[in-house]
Amino acid sequence: MALDRTTVAHIARLARIKVKEHELDALAGELGGILAWVEQLQEVNVDGVEPMTGSVTPGMKLKMREDVVDDGGIRDKVLGNAPKSAAGFFAVPKVIE
Amino acid sequence: MAGSTNLIDGRTGKWEVVLGLEVHAQVVSNAKLFSGAATAFGAEPNTQVSYVDAAFPGMLPVINRRCVEQAVRTGLGLKARINLRSVFDRKNYFYPDLPPGYQISQYKQPIVGKGTITLDLADGATRSVGITRLHLEQDAGKSLHDQSPGETYVDLNRAGVALMEIVSEPDLRSAEEAAAYLRKLRSILRYLGSCDGNMEEGSMRCDVNLSVRRAGSTELGTRCEIKNVNSVRFVMQAIEYEARRQVEVIEDGGKVVQETRLFDSGRGVTRSMRSKEEAHDYRYFPDPDLLPLELDPAWVEEIRRTLPELPDEKKARFERDYKLNAYDAGVLVAERESAEFFEAIAKGRDAKIAANWVMGEYFGYLNKHGLDLPKAPVDATRLGGLIDLIADGTLSGRMAKEVFEEMWRTGAPAAAIVEAKGLQQVTDTGAIEAEIDAVLGSAADKVAEYRAGKDKLFGFFVGQVMKRTQGKASPAVVNELLKKKLQG
Repeated sequence: MALDRTTVAHIARLARIKVKEHELDALAGELGGILAWVEQLQEVNVDGVEPMTGSVTPGMKLKMREDVVDDGGIRDKVLGNAPKSAAGFFAVPKVIE
Repeated sequence: MAGSTNLIDGRTGKWEVVLGLEVHAQVVSNAKLFSGAATAFGAEPNTQVSYVDAAFPGMLPVINRRCVEQAVRTGLGLKARINLRSVFDRKNYFYPDLPPGYQISQYKQPIVGKGTITLDLADGATRSVGITRLHLEQDAGKSLHDQSPGETYVDLNRAGVALMEIVSEPDLRSAEEAAAYLRKLRSILRYLGSCDGNMEEGSMRCDVNLSVRRAGSTELGTRCEIKNVNSVRFVMQAIEYEARRQVEVIEDGGKVVQETRLFDSGRGVTRSMRSKEEAHDYRYFPDPDLLPLELDPAWVEEIRRTLPELPDEKKARFERDYKLNAYDAGVLVAERESAEFFEAIAKGRDAKIAANWVMGEYFGYLNKHGLDLPKAPVDATRLGGLIDLIADGTLSGRMAKEVFEEMWRTGAPAAAIVEAKGLQQVTDTGAIEAEIDAVLGSAADKVAEYRAGKDKLFGFFVGQVMKRTQGKASPAVVNELLKKKLQG
C-alpha cells in the first residue's frame, strides 16, 4: 500500500513528530514498505484464530486489585521530574482551546 | 415515536429534533480504576497521584475489582446485557492533563451492551429509551488556564479515576425528554450507589448529539456533538439553542457541518471548536498492558441478587400498595431517601394524606430552607405523629399547618405543641351549636338575605363561627351544623 505525502504529514502531526517537507517522500517510502510487508501477512488464513494483542501466556487471567487506597501522597516525587511546577501543579506552556 | 407537540416551527415547516446523550458518570470507589491512589473530591493538587497515574516509565495498570463490580451493577440496573468478556483499548491523543498520551477505554468490546431506561414524563406517562452501551474508562486530569498569564496548571488528582460512559440511542426528541432521561439515569445510579450523580462536582457530565429533520422524515440529519454540558438546565438550554441553529442553517439554504461544539453557559449559545477536528483520529488499539476482562457468571449473578429495589419497581409498588397516582409515585421514588421517608410515614396511616403532606408542606419547607432530608428538623416519626392528630380529629388541616410550622422551628413533637398551645380542635357539637346560634342571632338580616337566595353568605357565617372559636372549631362540623340551621 502506497502512502502519499499528506497522509504521512497527518500521521506525524498526530504523533507530535516534527517532520520537514523534504523528509516526507523518504518516510512515505519507508512506511509504505512496512505496510507492504504487513499486507503479505494478510495472505495467511487466520479463520477462527483469536487476535493476539499482548505477549501474555495463554490461560493467564487479568489480575484485579481490591478497592483500597495504598498509593498517592507523593506529590514531590510526582512533580520531581517536571521541567516546571508551581503551587503543587505541573506548569506547562499555555494551552488554549 | 414522539408526539407532534415536540416539533419545532421553522419558517418553511415543522422540524423534529433527534437526540442522543453520552453521560460520563464517575464511579463511586475509594481508589482509581488502575491504581491505588484516592479518588476523594477537593484534595490538594497532585496529592492523589501515583506513578501509574502520572505515567512514569515502566508503570503497569492493575484493575480495581470494585470499579468493575459497579459497572456490572449499573448494567444490571439498566436492564442491559452484561458482556462476560470485554477489552480495554488505548484512545490516543495529546493533552497536558493526559500524561500517558492515551486514555484507557473500551472501544469495540464494552463491558455492558444494550439496555433500556424508562422516562417519567410530566403528564405521568412513561417512555422507553434505548441504552446503546456502557463502558469503563479513565478520567483525565484537570487543566487550569486562568491561574497564570503564560502557563496552564495541571492537577492529576482526577487522572485515572474510573468513569462509566453511558451512551443512549438517538431516541430522545426534545429538551424536556433529555432532562427526564438525565434525571432518571441519575436516580438509578444513586439507588445503585455506583455514582453520586453530583453534576456540580462533575461526577456526571453530559455530551449531547443532536440533529434535526423535517417532521415525518425518517432519515437522520447531520449531527453535531455538544461537549461537556454540566447541568440539566444547561443541557436543555444547549438543545433549544442548537436545534434552532440547525433549523435556521438548513432553511437559509446551508448545510449542517458535522462538528464538535461547546456550550457557552454565560451566553446560552453553542460555539464551534474546529481546532479539535483533527484530534478525532484516536487510533484505538487493544492495550497490551491489560488482558481481556473476563467475568465469572456466578459473580454477575451475585451482584444481580444484591441489587436494591430500583425506582421503576418502587414506583409500581407505590401505585399498587398505596394507591398513589403515577405522578405522585414518580416524585416520591426519585430519591431513595424520600421514598423511604414516605414509606415510614405511610405504614399504618392513610397513604394519600401521607403523600400530600410529604410532597406538599414537607418538601415545600425543605425547598424554602434549602435543606436535604437528613438535615431536616422534623423526622418521619414526628411528621407521622402530626398526621395521627389529623386522623383522630384533634387537628383540622389548617391547624395542622400551624403546628407543623412550630415543629419545624422548635423540633418539638406535634402532641406537645398542641397541648402547650391549647390547639385542640373543637368537635363538641353542643359547643359549636351554641356559637352558631350566637352568630345567627346577631346577624338576623344576613340570615334573611341568605334564605332569600344569597348563597355566598354561607362563607361569611363560617368565618364568624371560626372567629368566635379562635379557629379551633372543626370545619366539617361547623359546615354540617350551619347548613342544617340555615335551612331551618
